[in-house]
Amino acid sequence: MTKKSVKLRLNQPKFRANNPKPRLTKERLKNIVLKGMGELVILILMFGLCFMILQPLINKLSVSFMAEKDLYDSTIVALPKNFTLDNYKMALRAMDYFKSFINTFIIAVSVAILQVVSCLLVGYGFARFEFPLKKFWFAMVILMIVIPQQTYSSALQLNFRYFDIFGIFTAIFGEPLNLTGTVAPILLLAGSCTGLKCGLYIYLFRQYFRNIPKDIEEAAYVDGCGTIRTLFSIMLPDAMPIASSCFLFSFVWQWTDNYFSTLLLKSANLLPAQLAAVGTRLQSFLDTRPALTYTNCISATGTILLLVPVIIVYLIAQKRFVESLSASAIKM
Amino acid sequence: MKKLRLHTKRAITGYLFILPFLIGFLLFILSPLITSVRMAFSDVSISTTEAGFVLKDVGFDNFIRAFTIDPDFNRLLTESCKDMLVNVPCIIIFSLIAAVLLNRRFPGRGFVRAIFFLPVILNSGIVLGLEKSNALLAGIEVLQSNAADVSITTTMENLLLGALGGVGEEIVSFVSDVVNNFYDIVTASGIQTVIFLSALQTINTSVYEAADIEGCSAWEKLWKITIPMVSPMILVNWIYTIIDRFLRSDNALMEKILTAASASMQYGYSSAMAWIYSIIMLLFIGLSSLIISKVVYYYD
Repeated sequence: MTKKSVKLRLNQPKFRANNPKPRLTKERLKNIVLKGMGELVILILMFGLCFMILQPLINKLSVSFMAEKDLYDSTIVALPKNFTLDNYKMALRAMDYFKSFINTFIIAVSVAILQVVSCLLVGYGFARFEFPLKKFWFAMVILMIVIPQQTYSSALQLNFRYFDIFGIFTAIFGEPLNLTGTVAPILLLAGSCTGLKCGLYIYLFRQYFRNIPKDIEEAAYVDGCGTIRTLFSIMLPDAMPIASSCFLFSFVWQWTDNYFSTLLLKSANLLPAQLAAVGTRLQSFLDTRPALTYTNCISATGTILLLVPVIIVYLIAQKRFVESLSASAIKM
Repeated sequence: MKKLRLHTKRAITGYLFILPFLIGFLLFILSPLITSVRMAFSDVSISTTEAGFVLKDVGFDNFIRAFTIDPDFNRLLTESCKDMLVNVPCIIIFSLIAAVLLNRRFPGRGFVRAIFFLPVILNSGIVLGLEKSNALLAGIEVLQSNAADVSITTTMENLLLGALGGVGEEIVSFVSDVVNNFYDIVTASGIQTVIFLSALQTINTSVYEAADIEGCSAWEKLWKITIPMVSPMILVNWIYTIIDRFLRSDNALMEKILTAASASMQYGYSSAMAWIYSIIMLLFIGLSSLIISKVVYYYD
C-alpha cells in the first residue's frame, strides 16, 4: 500500500468525524514555519554541495571556450572574452576522437557486462550457499581487493605474455601464447572476476543478497523452482538497483582507466591514452612547440570530451534502471 | 547415480556459482601474487638473457630497509593511517546524510543525484592525474579561492581560540581541519553515496508507513529503521573507503611505491613496501569490521 492511499483513507468522512479539521493555531503555524525553514536549509545545503562538486568541471568548461589570448589575460577568470570552438576542434583531432570513442565504448561495455554478470553469480554463491573452504575463498576475495594491483601488475603482464594453462598451449602450438596487445587478457580478467575492482563488486553483491530475506527464496524452492530460476526470477529483480550501480561503476572505471588498459592492451588507442598523449600530438600538428598553457587548455577540453559520454550514460542509466526497477521490485 | 544429500548438493551448487572467481584467481592472480611475495624477499634485476626477472634471495633486507633506512617511509605510513582515522568516519557519515537527502522527493532530484555521482568520474583513472598536472586550472583555482580574502574557518578558529583562552586548542584546530578538508570528503564519497542510495531504495516503504501510523518522528525513523536496514552497506562502505583512501594514486606512499617500481626499477623494495602497506590495511579492516559487524543487522 502506498503512502497516498493511507492518506486518502484517513481523509475519509468516518475518520474525519472524530478528528475535526485542526484550526490554524499558533502552535500549528510555528510548526509550518519551522518545517519550511528546515526545507530551505536543506535546499541551500544541496545547492552549495552541488556547486562545490561542479566547480572544477565549470572551470574546465570555461577554459575550453577561451581563445588562446584569453588564457594569458589575468582579468578573465570564468567567462571567455573571445568565445571560440577551436579548442574542441583541436582536441577532437588530437585525440582522434571518433575512432578512439568507438574502441573505448566497445571495451568498456563488454568489460562492464562481463564483470557484473560474473560478480553477481559469485556474490550470490558466497551469500547463499554453505560449502567447504568458503571462508578461505572469501578471504582471497578480500585479499584481491586490498592488495594494490600495481604491485603484481608487471608479473600479471608477463603471465599474459607467456600465457599457458598447465602446458596445454605449449603442447598444441609448441610455445606459450602471446596475448599482450589483444583484447583477450582484459576480457578474461573481467569474465573471471579478477579485473579492475572486481573484488568490490563481489563484496557488494554478497552483502546485498545477504540482506534479502531467505523466505522468498524458500517459498520459490517449495513451489518447485530450481536454483537458476530462483536466482533469475526471484532474486535478480530485487538486485537490479545494485547490479545497475555496479554496471555504472565498472563502465566508468574502465572508461577512464589508463593504467591497466595501456598495460594489457598496449596500442588499442583508447580515449584515456589519447588524452594523456595530447601534448605530444599537438606538437606534431603545430609547426612550433605549443605553449604549456595552451596544451593545458586543450587537455582540459579533452577531459570534457572524455567525460561527456560517461555523464550521458549515467543520466540514462539512473533513470532507466535505478528508479523504475526499484519501484517495481518485489516487495514483501 | 547415487542420490546426493541436500547438503552436499547445495555445496556443489555453491562451488559452481563461485567457479568464475576460482578459475580467475587460480589462473591469473595466484602466480603474480606469489611472484610479488617472492620479489619482496629478493633483489630483483631485469634479465638480459631471457625475458623476465632474475631474483636473488636477500631475506628480510627490503623490509628492514623500509623501516630503518628509508627516510620517508615511516612518516608517510603514519600520515596515511592518521588521514584514514580522521577521514573515513567523516566520509561514511557524510555519504549517509547525502544519500538520505537524495532519497527524498524534491524537484530536480535526478539532476542532483547525477551531480553527486560526478566525483566518481572526476576522481578516477586518467582524469585525476591530468587534473593534478594541469597548471592552468590550478592557477584559476588559486585565483578563485583568493578572490574573497576571508576564510570562515580561520575566523572561527581565531574567535574560538580567543574565547577559550588556549583551552582545547587541539580540538578546535582538529575540527577546523576537518571543515577545511570538506571538499576532499565530498569528492571522496561519490561511490558510498550511490551504494547507500541503492540500499535505501530497497527498504520496504510499508515499514515507514507503519512507523508513521505509530507516530514515529523522522529522527526515530532514521535510527530505528533506516540505519539498521542499511547497516550491511555501512560495513561495505567502511571497507571500501579504507581501501580507497589507502590506494588512491595521489596518496603519497602509494606514489612512492609506484615510482620505486617504475622509475628506479627497485621491484623488490617496491613490493616489500606494498606488502607492509597491505598488511597494515588488512589489520585495520579486520579490526574495524569486527567491531562494525557486531551492529550490522541481517535478515538471516
